[in-house]
Amino acid sequence: MEDFANLIDRLIYTRSRNGKLDLIADYLREASDTDGGWALAGLTGGLDFPAVKPAAIRTLIGQRVDPVLFALSRDYVGDTAETVSLLWPQPGAPAAPPGLSETVVALQAMTCGSVQTDLAALLDRLDAKGRFALLKLATGALRIGVSARLAKTAFAQAFTLPLDDVEEAWHALEPPYAELFAWARGQGPKPDAAHRPVFRAFMLAHPLGDEQVDLADYAAEWKWDGIRVQLVRMGGQTRLYSRGGDDITASFPEVAADFTRDGVLDGELLVRGSHQGGEEGGAASFNALQQRLGRKQVSARMLEDYPAFVRLYDVLFDGGEDLRPLPWHQRRQRLEAIMPHLPASRFDLSLLIEAADFTALSLLRDGARDAAIEGVMLKRRDSAYSAGRRVGLWYKWKRDALTADCVLMYAQRGSGKRSSFYSDYTFGCWTAPPEQGGELVPVGKAYSGFTDEDLKWLDSFVRQHTTNRFGPVREVEKSLVFEVAFDSIHESNRHKSKLAMRFPRIARIRRDKPAAEADLVATLQAMIPH
Amino acid sequence: MPQGLYLPGADVWVDPSVAVGRALVTHGHADHARGGHGATIATPETLAIMALRYGVAEGAHPLPLRERLDLGDGITAWLAPAGHVLGSAQVVLERQGERVVVTGDYKRRPDPTCLPFEPVPCDILVTEATFALPVFIHPPIAGEIARLLEARAANPKRCVLVGAYALGKAQRVIAELRLAGYDAPIWLHGAMEAMCRLYGEWGVDLGDLRLVSEAKKEALEGQIILSPPSALNDRWSRRLPEPITAMASGWMRVRQRAVQRNVELPLVISDHADWNELTATIRELSPAETWITHGRDDALVHWCQTHQLKARPLDLVGYEDEDD
Ligand SMILES: [Zn+2]
Ligand SMILES: [Zn+2]
Repeated sequence: MEDFANLIDRLIYTRSRNGKLDLIADYLREASDTDGGWALAGLTGGLDFPAVKPAAIRTLIGQRVDPVLFALSRDYVGDTAETVSLLWPQPGAPAAPPGLSETVVALQAMTCGSVQTDLAALLDRLDAKGRFALLKLATGALRIGVSARLAKTAFAQAFTLPLDDVEEAWHALEPPYAELFAWARGQGPKPDAAHRPVFRAFMLAHPLGDEQVDLADYAAEWKWDGIRVQLVRMGGQTRLYSRGGDDITASFPEVAADFTRDGVLDGELLVRGSHQGGEEGGAASFNALQQRLGRKQVSARMLEDYPAFVRLYDVLFDGGEDLRPLPWHQRRQRLEAIMPHLPASRFDLSLLIEAADFTALSLLRDGARDAAIEGVMLKRRDSAYSAGRRVGLWYKWKRDALTADCVLMYAQRGSGKRSSFYSDYTFGCWTAPPEQGGELVPVGKAYSGFTDEDLKWLDSFVRQHTTNRFGPVREVEKSLVFEVAFDSIHESNRHKSKLAMRFPRIARIRRDKPAAEADLVATLQAMIPH
Repeated sequence: MPQGLYLPGADVWVDPSVAVGRALVTHGHADHARGGHGATIATPETLAIMALRYGVAEGAHPLPLRERLDLGDGITAWLAPAGHVLGSAQVVLERQGERVVVTGDYKRRPDPTCLPFEPVPCDILVTEATFALPVFIHPPIAGEIARLLEARAANPKRCVLVGAYALGKAQRVIAELRLAGYDAPIWLHGAMEAMCRLYGEWGVDLGDLRLVSEAKKEALEGQIILSPPSALNDRWSRRLPEPITAMASGWMRVRQRAVQRNVELPLVISDHADWNELTATIRELSPAETWITHGRDDALVHWCQTHQLKARPLDLVGYEDEDD
């Protein structure tokens, strides 16, 4: 438990992704396999101890610490588990600290009747750091900035395994993942994910640069502006996975319910409707989809107002048959053959674009007016479905970015390597021409697109032109113009301007341009797709 | 709210936050010592620190430890060591057999850079309360220093940048590193140099100290660097090789405080009494009454009440920890 507690402690203070990866990988290599397995499950939220509730912990501490002193301390610290870990009166001669596996087994065995004595016995054997880790683990509230993806990456790094294999095997197993560790240490076969509803790594596309491809070798299809999903049905269970492998089934129950055929499909999750001016019955813009994202529970109203559907791109498994080794054109035929078996209201096929040649395709791309189209995908006709981003197989060719001239309004420090730089910029546009009394209102925020040189310059600009401070935020003199590029723009209630940009970045710093000549909010409004 | 403790009969203030005619100053931190008093009564070390910070002032009245001074109005004052920083003292006030002790800032742990706290039994204790919450228990400093040295050893291509207050904390960290056997040069932010030199002049040997501004970036790999906390995440630190940001402060006991400051290596090192020291000292001196100031009073007042000790908060303006 001490090593696990140290890991948790250090993860909290480590900002960089690589730093976190190294810490977890080091731990996994050093720990016993069972400890490593439980640690992974704890980090990724895969553990649940129903008897250990925050209320039980508050009762425990209430019996040992003056309630007024506890309340004052809790107010200051801001976190119950941490407060308890700091205030817990350690006995004079504590027994040796429990190991992580011993701890997990003890937590699993606890009942509402035994939790008071059993949890106290564990706390007695640990120091403040250990108590903190125990309480966070027990209440499933580690929340230390480690995603499931990061933990899996660390596992792959620890044992130099391909991440995709780890990903696939992982989902097939239960904590503490004994078979996974046995395989990683070369002491067992790769765990078999067949017939289980696990996530398989996506095939991804490279951005198309200035090059052209021959349409005889590449098929073209629209790239839709939703979220990429994998639909899995195996062994009687259905799952919906996001691009990162997160299980999002609960957010889209109607999609899962309508997918009743065994197999694994790859597609784009979209919301149907004309909310954003889209064609009735077509795909609404990304903004409509956002209403549905991240919800653990979905109301009937939500289902009605924002019905989700999946536009299918590819098939990975048909029944139990793994189609990934087949060339794209054969998989496409299989997908087309599957379509009649799926309810048309919930699933449709992403259509191929017929174009005589690349120039014709380019014209079609530029002419696409549908709000839900993000660009064009080019897929090598003979490509197998291979995990990750491989050169030359799939390309994404986005529509040209939109741009606007905006004025820098606020800046905030970045994190990690950028923590000494003001690198997050909020910029605005004019409600009316400034000479007619217009004001600047924020229209977006960006923290990329500029070079390191630019960043240095921007940082000192911010410091020298600060007019006001609000905590970590500096308001700056409204004099610097950015040319901001973005993929699209939509209505939103998040900003005062009622606008939200998709993927905004700083394209150029327009030191030459007076702030009064920056764009009007109305100009941006006109860019909202209809 | 009053701007310090005032003895009207003798017309003297203790640690006033504004310039006054006559002041008794417990130690050199800015929340206790300020310039511009008509007369300043303090230990010779504190006066030297004040001269360094505010320039040489008129009216400096050195009062060595335990030497008695007649303040008038029948009041005699003397100073007892507080164990906080170099020159820090408690103010002891006596009249007709009654005794008041103003602790100023203090700690009970050993500190190689200053004399240890001397408990002075008294009728009224005016205690500081910077870390007056039971969550604040400072661990033994040796363990924190060991963690600092481990981080340095484990990262030969990086440096460890320790944020520490320029008066007291910085010198204590350096002295403790030396006690732990660390003989290599320790690198300083320019703002720390003069105070370290002053400590040296008063007999506190800090070993080989050098200035960051005089080093090449590569020369700082694998080194320990001290800077004021304000410079930790500022432009100054960009010249350093991938610094591991550490901070030596009692507040580092609480994770969120460390995370907010972007600290990677929190070192719980404080020059103040922790909760156990505060409560143990009140018990040991068993004053008829305890007045609580400089920090948060609510928890300590409550503790006194639950232990049948008479206590009350003393609201004074102007105390904002410079020195946590
Ligand atoms: Zn102080
Ligand atoms: Zn103070």
